[in-house]
Amino acid sequence: MESRNRFFFAGAALVGGVLALSGPARAWEPTHPIEIVVPAGTGGGADQMARVMQGIISKHGLSKQSIVVINKSGGAGGEGFLDVKNSKGDDHKLIITLSNLFTTPLATGIPFSWKDLTPVAMMALDEFILWVNADKPYKTAKDYIDAIKAAPDNTFKMGGTGSKQEDQIITIAIEKVIGKKLTYIPYKGGGEVAVQLVGGHVDSTVNNPIEAVAHWRAGKLRPLCVFDSKRLDYHDKITGNMSWNDIPTCKESGLDIEYLMLRGYFMPPGVSKDAVAYYVDLFKKVRETPEWKKLMNDGAYNQSFMTGEAYVKWLESAEKLHEDLMRSAGFLAKK
Amino acid sequence: MLADFGNLFHGFAVVAQPFNLVLMVIGIVLGVIVGVLPGLGGANGVAILLPLTFSMSPTSAIIMLSCIYWGALFGGAITSILFNIPGEPWSVATTFDGYPMAQKGQAGQALTAAFTSSFVGALFAVLVITLIAPLVANFALKFGPPEIFSVYFLAFCSFVGLSKEPPFKTIASMMLGFGLGAVGLDQMTGQLRLTFGAEQLLNGFDFLIAVIGLFGIGEILLTMEEGLSFRGKTAKLNMKVVLETWARLPRYWLIYLRSCLIGCWMGISPAGATPASFMSYGIAKRISKNGHKFGTGEIEGVVAPETAAHAAGTSALLPMISLGVPGSPTAAVLLGGLLIWGLQPGPLLFTEQKDFVWGLIASMYMGNIVGLLIVLTCVPFFASILRIPFSVIAPIIMVFCAIGAYTVHNNTFDVVMMLVFGVMGYFMKKTNYPLAPMVLAIVLGDKAEEGFRQSLLSSQGNLGVFFSNGLVSTIMTLGLIALFWPVIQTLLVRARDLINGTLRPAG
Repeated sequence: MESRNRFFFAGAALVGGVLALSGPARAWEPTHPIEIVVPAGTGGGADQMARVMQGIISKHGLSKQSIVVINKSGGAGGEGFLDVKNSKGDDHKLIITLSNLFTTPLATGIPFSWKDLTPVAMMALDEFILWVNADKPYKTAKDYIDAIKAAPDNTFKMGGTGSKQEDQIITIAIEKVIGKKLTYIPYKGGGEVAVQLVGGHVDSTVNNPIEAVAHWRAGKLRPLCVFDSKRLDYHDKITGNMSWNDIPTCKESGLDIEYLMLRGYFMPPGVSKDAVAYYVDLFKKVRETPEWKKLMNDGAYNQSFMTGEAYVKWLESAEKLHEDLMRSAGFLAKK
Repeated sequence: MLADFGNLFHGFAVVAQPFNLVLMVIGIVLGVIVGVLPGLGGANGVAILLPLTFSMSPTSAIIMLSCIYWGALFGGAITSILFNIPGEPWSVATTFDGYPMAQKGQAGQALTAAFTSSFVGALFAVLVITLIAPLVANFALKFGPPEIFSVYFLAFCSFVGLSKEPPFKTIASMMLGFGLGAVGLDQMTGQLRLTFGAEQLLNGFDFLIAVIGLFGIGEILLTMEEGLSFRGKTAKLNMKVVLETWARLPRYWLIYLRSCLIGCWMGISPAGATPASFMSYGIAKRISKNGHKFGTGEIEGVVAPETAAHAAGTSALLPMISLGVPGSPTAAVLLGGLLIWGLQPGPLLFTEQKDFVWGLIASMYMGNIVGLLIVLTCVPFFASILRIPFSVIAPIIMVFCAIGAYTVHNNTFDVVMMLVFGVMGYFMKKTNYPLAPMVLAIVLGDKAEEGFRQSLLSSQGNLGVFFSNGLVSTIMTLGLIALFWPVIQTLLVRARDLINGTLRPAG
């Protein structure tokens, strides 16, 4: 294995060298396969995005080296974050994050912060939508909130992914606005949560668009409102008469809550500036492909793209928001 | 219905294109290799090969990937039978009788029985998918947390009390398994349990690492102690074995039917292939006339778990297609593939992507037939591996085990854990503590706990939720009957004696 790797290395370096000589000068090129760590299980939103990007990059030949996607989901993603944190200076390693970038260290006390990593780029923000089963009489968010208010505490069941993570944070925020308790039931993955709602085992969910869209189109689920400051900018009809844009914001429905989830990339600490520039450039190319646009469209993503200073600023404010939300919910790990 | 058959035949036409047939054979062979390597597993295999398929049409891609899946299902049985190392979690139950058969020199028979049973199970499941897919998808929706828990409860109950070892040793072993299974993140509260601040333990003890160590390494240690040679190298090495075994199999039709039903149910519900294989083995042992001989190399003990595992593995693809929820880790990776090819899994896939869905279903039929032919012709070859001297093969097995353990999470600490489990397995065997209950507890313990706690959360602590509707009550009652079967049996015998006793003087 060792000698084979070295041979591979030499070959790749040679190709890289020749290219560097022939083309316009490019500071840094990967010399062996690039690893993308997914700090979550297979089939979730982060995993989907990483695998679609892997597909896009290999299909369009955007990188000389292949991409390897590795799931390290242990300890609510803590395993993946620690792995990248400990790979100091590895220019061939990336990690795609979700909100557990902030929530996992806060909830579990794992010695890790996003500041230990090198921020690369925000690819998109994932939206959250309040869903109910289409057989239920609630046509608007107001109908549903009124029903919750009319019933005793804990009557209504909210299904979500994981514990003390984004779905439960939103649930706590809803409880605060309404002044009634919901029963939060954690499941392993977003797809499972959506199916539990279709089966009527929970009353509502805050699934990401891509996790529930298939059931919406099949007429099994109904979106009530989106947890964003403005409506989604996707006007294609998804069902007979509704597009993503027809879903009101939760704010206009009297539920003043905003929450968006980061889908962005980081690298280990101490990587070279040139390598970061290479990946920013690579991601920009990915964003231009039809497959990426289709993914954005299917999942009704918020297509914010940020790098450098702007990205760091966004991360700082997002961290503060999560800390406040989790402290007020009593989710912080005991030190 | 008739239109569906039209679609299916169209699917066959798609699959039978030469390019697709070649992909199919490649997929099966790769799958068998992946299945043989412990730890690599179908999910990893499919994930590694997924990028290869991005440039193909979705139908060709799914044919190749699903064939890797079938191949891995077949391949998992090979190492279980030959070396007592389950290559896949659902092959654990196959080792119970498959390995003793190999030791008795019947490796060929055991392999033939395993492959054929796999085929029967898969074929049955495909028929179920073809005929009643929409109906079955709705059945899966009925499974909320209490129902899921009841299924695991039934799996445990049908397996408890099976081993010949003293009940207390069985319980001790199972409790140790529950304890090991609880390490890592607690899904319900988001807090770490039993990690004692050690970063390596964040992930808990993966079932595969435990199995590779307990069975694989433990067995090698035992063999070393017993004199560095394989028993069972007298295995017959010709194709006649296959035909002879086939002649024996039809008499087990009832086991086949029962295992198929258990498998389909578990695959769809979606509990998966592993509980299906354990449950099927447990029930076969209870019901069979030869039940007391199970564990010493009974062919029925190979037929039952293999049939159920494959029926489950195949039917697990149904919830994936129709609900977008994968029934197994491999199905989860395939699901990722669907999205990259621009297909949206969900209830509408059947109507919107007919070519794809029926191509997939047709490839299930063809893939299994091609797979069976390939693996059966290799039976003598596989069996001949046992003729290689132990001193040559043992180090190779050790290396494969280490690679397998590493591949599960790309973590060197897991290799160390595997060795620790190996030593543990050796001592447990020496002191007659059964391994199977521990393995069962590690693999199903946390899932059962999750279902249990989700149920109690939604019922606000009321245990009545486990008897709240017909479905969950029935499964729970079946579980209780299975658990107390020995007691019930004794009572029945006594009651019969009593009746006979009172009748005899009169007669």
